[in-house]
Amino acid sequence: MNTSHLLFWFLTALSILSALMMVTSRNPVHSVLWLVLVFFSISGHYILLNAQFLAIVNMIVYAGAIMVLFLFVIMLMNTQSDAEPHHGNRMRLAGTLAGGSLLLVLVAALRESELRSLQVSAPEGNIGLVARLGSILFTDYVVPFELSSVLFLSAMVGAVMIGKRH
Amino acid sequence: MQFLSIDTGLFLEKLTMVAVVVFALLGIALYTTFAERKVAGFMQDRYGPNRAGPFGLLQPLADGVKLFFKEELIPLASNRVLFILGPFVAMFTALITGAVVPWGSELEVFGRKVSLTIANPDIGILYVFAVVSLGVFGIMIGGWASNNKFSLLAAIRGASQIISYELAMGLSLIALLMVTGTMSLCDIVQQQMTGSWGGLLGWNIFVQPLGFLIFLTCVFAECNRTPFDLPEAESELNMGYHQEYSSLKLGFFLFAEYVNMIVSSAVVSTLFFGGYDIPFVDEASLAVQIGANLTAILGTLMLLAKIVFFLFLFMWIRWTIPRFRYDQLMQLGWKKLLPLALANMLITGAVILLMNR
Repeated sequence: MNTSHLLFWFLTALSILSALMMVTSRNPVHSVLWLVLVFFSISGHYILLNAQFLAIVNMIVYAGAIMVLFLFVIMLMNTQSDAEPHHGNRMRLAGTLAGGSLLLVLVAALRESELRSLQVSAPEGNIGLVARLGSILFTDYVVPFELSSVLFLSAMVGAVMIGKRH
Repeated sequence: MQFLSIDTGLFLEKLTMVAVVVFALLGIALYTTFAERKVAGFMQDRYGPNRAGPFGLLQPLADGVKLFFKEELIPLASNRVLFILGPFVAMFTALITGAVVPWGSELEVFGRKVSLTIANPDIGILYVFAVVSLGVFGIMIGGWASNNKFSLLAAIRGASQIISYELAMGLSLIALLMVTGTMSLCDIVQQQMTGSWGGLLGWNIFVQPLGFLIFLTCVFAECNRTPFDLPEAESELNMGYHQEYSSLKLGFFLFAEYVNMIVSSAVVSTLFFGGYDIPFVDEASLAVQIGANLTAILGTLMLLAKIVFFLFLFMWIRWTIPRFRYDQLMQLGWKKLLPLALANMLITGAVILLMNR
C-alpha cells in the first residue's frame, strides 16, 4: 500500500460519504455544501490520475461557479420545512422504485463493461497536463471543441434572452 | 529515508514551508491592520494608534486580546454549524492561495536544494483562480447562517460582486497567459528575470499594462476593499455579512480580508512585477559574488517589499476614494472592465500572431 492507494481510498470514502450526506440532508443548503465536498474529492481523484487541468476546471466551474449559483437560489428561496409540500408515502415508494431501477441498470451495465479489467496507471502520462490537452483539443478534436463552444454561446444567448425584461 | 514511499526530507521541507508561510501571512496580516490604521491617520492628518507600546506597535496584540476576550454570541435562530464554519472557510480560502506563490528561488540547506515555493503545479494560475472563486463560500455561508436580513443581503452582494469581477479577472489573465505561454507561477517569474536592466524590462507590466490595470481593479473587488467594499457598506447594511459575529469569529472574518490582501499583492507582484526578481540586478552574477543563499533571501525580501508597496496602495485607495454605488459597481464590472479585458485579449492575440510571422 503506497501513498497513492492511501489517498485513493481516502478520497473514495470521502466522495461516497459526502454524496450520501448530500442526498440525505434535510437542509438544501447543507446539501449544496456536501455536493461541493463531492466535487473536491473528485478533483482529488483527477489529480491522482495526473489530470491537473481537469481537476482545477472541475473546481472552478462546478464548485466555484455552479454551486455558488445554487446557493444563491436556495438562499433567496424561502425553504422553511413547514412551507414545503408534503410528500405522501406513494411518492416515496415511486421515488425508491425509480432510483432503485436506475441503480440496477447502472450496476448491470458496469458489470459487463471492460472497466474491471482496465488498469489505471496512476501518475504517469502527460495527457492531463495543460499543454498536451490544449494541442489535442485544437488538432484532433477541433470540430467537437468548436461545436461545443457554439453550444455554450447559444445557451448564453438564451439565458440573456430569458433574463431580459420585456 | 522513505515512509509510505514519501521522501521524508521533502515532506519535512514542505511542512516547514507551509508552517512558515502560514505564520508569516498571519503575522504580516496582524501588522497590516496596524499599518492600515497608521496610514489612515496619516491620510486624515491625525496620529493613529500610538498608546500601546512604542509608536503603538503593540496595538495589534491589544486588538487580538480584546477580540479574544469578547463574549462569543451565537444567535439562537442561526444555523449553528454553518455559522461556525463560515469564518473558517473564509480564513482557509484566504490562506491556501499562498501554496503556489513562489516566495523565492532556492535555498541550500544541509546540502539539499529547498525550493521556496510550496507547490509548483503546471496550472498555478488556474489554482489561484479556483481558490478565488471558492472565497465566495465563506462570505455566503456566514451571511446566510446568521439568519439576518442584512447579513444575507450583504453576503449576496459580496458573492455577486466577486462572481462579476472574476470574469474580467480571468480574461485579463488569459491575455497574460498568451504572452507567457505557461501557467506555472515559477516559470512566469523566471521569464521575467531575463531582459535588460537586470530584468526590469522583462516584467509583464510593460507587456500587459492594460491587463495589469484590469487585474488590479478586479483584485480590489475580490478582496472587498474600498471602493468595492459594498458587502460591508455599514451605512446601508449596518455592518455587512459578519454583523452577527462576535469575538474571534469576527476576528477571523476581518483577518481573512487582510490575508487576502497580502496574498493578492503577492500574486500581482508575481504576475506583473517579476516576483522575487531584484530590479537593476542580474541574479546569476550576484549569486556568484555573494552566494546563492543570500541572493535567494534578498529576492524574497524584494518580493516582500513589492507586497508592502501594494498593501500601501490598497490603503491609499481605501482612504482617498469613496465607495461606489452598487449599480455603478456592476456597470464598471460588466460594461467597462469586461469589454476592455476582451479587447485586450484580442489585441494581445493579434500582436502575438503578427510578431510570429
